[in-house]
Amino acid sequence: MAEDLITVKDLKMHFPLQKGLLDNLLAREKLFVRAVDGVSFSIKKGEVLGLVGESGSGKTTTGRMILRLLEPTSGEVFYNGRSIFSYSKSEMEKLREKMQVIFQDPYASLSPRMSIGKAISHPLKIHALYDKQEAKQVCLTIMEKVGLSPASFLYKKYPHQLSGGQRQRVVIARALVTNPDFVVADEPIAMADVSVRAMILELMVKLKKEFDLTYLFITHDLATCKYICDRLAIMYLGRIVEIGPLAEVFKNPVHPYTATLLDAVPVPDPTYKRTHPIPKGEIPSAINPPPGCCFNPRCHLAQKSCREHEPELARVGEDHFVACPVMSIKLRS
Amino acid sequence: MNNTILDIQDLKVEFPINIGTVRAVDGVSLKLNQGEVMGLVGESGCGKSTLGFSILRLLRPPGRIASGRILYHGRDIVSMDEKEVLKLRGRRIAMIFQDPLTSLNPLFSIGRQFVETLQTHEKGINKKQAILQAESMLESLGISKERLQEFPHQMSGGMRQRIMIGMGLILNPDLLIADEPTTSLDVIVEAQFLDLLADLCRQYNLTIILITHNLGNVAQLADRITVMYGGTLAEVGLSGDIFHTPLHPYTQGLLASIPNIKLDQPELSPMEGSPPDLVNPPTGCVFHPRCPQVMDICTRQRPPAFQKNGHQVSCWLYR
Repeated sequence: MAEDLITVKDLKMHFPLQKGLLDNLLAREKLFVRAVDGVSFSIKKGEVLGLVGESGSGKTTTGRMILRLLEPTSGEVFYNGRSIFSYSKSEMEKLREKMQVIFQDPYASLSPRMSIGKAISHPLKIHALYDKQEAKQVCLTIMEKVGLSPASFLYKKYPHQLSGGQRQRVVIARALVTNPDFVVADEPIAMADVSVRAMILELMVKLKKEFDLTYLFITHDLATCKYICDRLAIMYLGRIVEIGPLAEVFKNPVHPYTATLLDAVPVPDPTYKRTHPIPKGEIPSAINPPPGCCFNPRCHLAQKSCREHEPELARVGEDHFVACPVMSIKLRS
Repeated sequence: MNNTILDIQDLKVEFPINIGTVRAVDGVSLKLNQGEVMGLVGESGCGKSTLGFSILRLLRPPGRIASGRILYHGRDIVSMDEKEVLKLRGRRIAMIFQDPLTSLNPLFSIGRQFVETLQTHEKGINKKQAILQAESMLESLGISKERLQEFPHQMSGGMRQRIMIGMGLILNPDLLIADEPTTSLDVIVEAQFLDLLADLCRQYNLTIILITHNLGNVAQLADRITVMYGGTLAEVGLSGDIFHTPLHPYTQGLLASIPNIKLDQPELSPMEGSPPDLVNPPTGCVFHPRCPQVMDICTRQRPPAFQKNGHQVSCWLYR
């Protein structure tokens, strides 16, 4: 059994709301956006964990904290067993070689004034890994590997001269050039066209094998998870409501929210009919989350106890945990 | 039987730019029947939005309609003067866009924007009547009427998109052009919105052109589907036919690259290559450089639309 590469323990991020002068004078209670509210999971070496949720569920914030791009309010992140918050500044810099990120928007994450070759070899320069000649060689090799070919021709091009799909390849190449072992991919295909999406997904799967990578794949689209993830963690309002192996979650979604999400995924088949009605309403505000289970106002199974007690993740199957006491009891009986 | 509401004949739209002319729409002919939902599908840059904009004559210069006709209830929109087009816009043909945040005015309350829409188009309607109409519209969208006082930033993305469609429908048009209306929405909200659209379509006897890059979105809603590629129509057919027996190699490729959560499809098969450069489009069929079944004739001659098993398909394979 592979060991855990990343372990996240009770991670919380509460952003304080900016208070006005009047609020200060009247000493009004400080408000927080509970973006991430107690998240724990681990990712094994070589595994792809899909972190799925709607906008505002805290999935991106979680990803950023794991990379220590944000200091959490509380909680721990372990990389190979050591807490990344115990790393000194210089140690952290070294660690960043091993932990990389791919962002959603290749337009925003590439400098329009930097040629492709420069952008991709920039991390090598920062980490001073190679001399100039070697760096170029490493850069050209990785460009060919991500399908930016002919590399020597594209090396001198600028982002605006490339297509959307090529740009996303540049972002991927830049993330992989330092030879990381962990990559956070934050909605890497959300901006792309359907046909480009399939290409990028295929590339990511191929590179994962080739570079022996571990991914945290952040997305709102369950359908794409199917082609890349080993396990899924479903987030709702800053918490994980269900986590388990992909096939298991797809086949037997236990949490009512997971079932809803799966049901809402558009199916390219005109004869397909949804099995459940889509619940009304939207994800509530993370400033005043509903008491008890955060999904209770929209849940068709909600009982009195759901409004009173915050549910904990409970085991419902092999490696499959769900934060819904109602369903857990149902399954046991 | 079905009446033709819109008849587009050999439409060509060009954008002259410094390095040449972009042929964004290159000879499109399409008929729309009253009351049907037409899914207009293709990758970015295939001309689907440009086609939508041309119908309302909303092309931004230097874009222009080079030739062709757009008959709406038999009258040609292309040759109309601006005054007549103004009468159509909003009143008879409405359009909603991808991003409700940029289409709603952040400085005015929702109510005021409804009233303004109504008063601009319907002379003699007073504010009270307008508010009443807006309230009943909100009700059919499933939003409480109190929210008319609110401003766009106080609403969620899904609600804003519903407001947009309400504003489109308040003048009771018979044709709605929806340009990627759900792209900025989350899956659950997207599903809610598409359900609402289906309801409204029945309620108002609307004809809808639903422009999207995601075939999955239109599968259950659309009666017919038009697949566009490189400014031309690749294939037109009934929704069921397009999904179950796609004929054009591009439609087949597009379908194979869409993830389907319900199918046991372990791998996606992405299409090779990228969309054509519309300044210098490939000779012959625009799809031939990416086509897995390319033949000699495809590189030389552009395929006309062939009729095959109820599909209209522009591909030499079906000659």
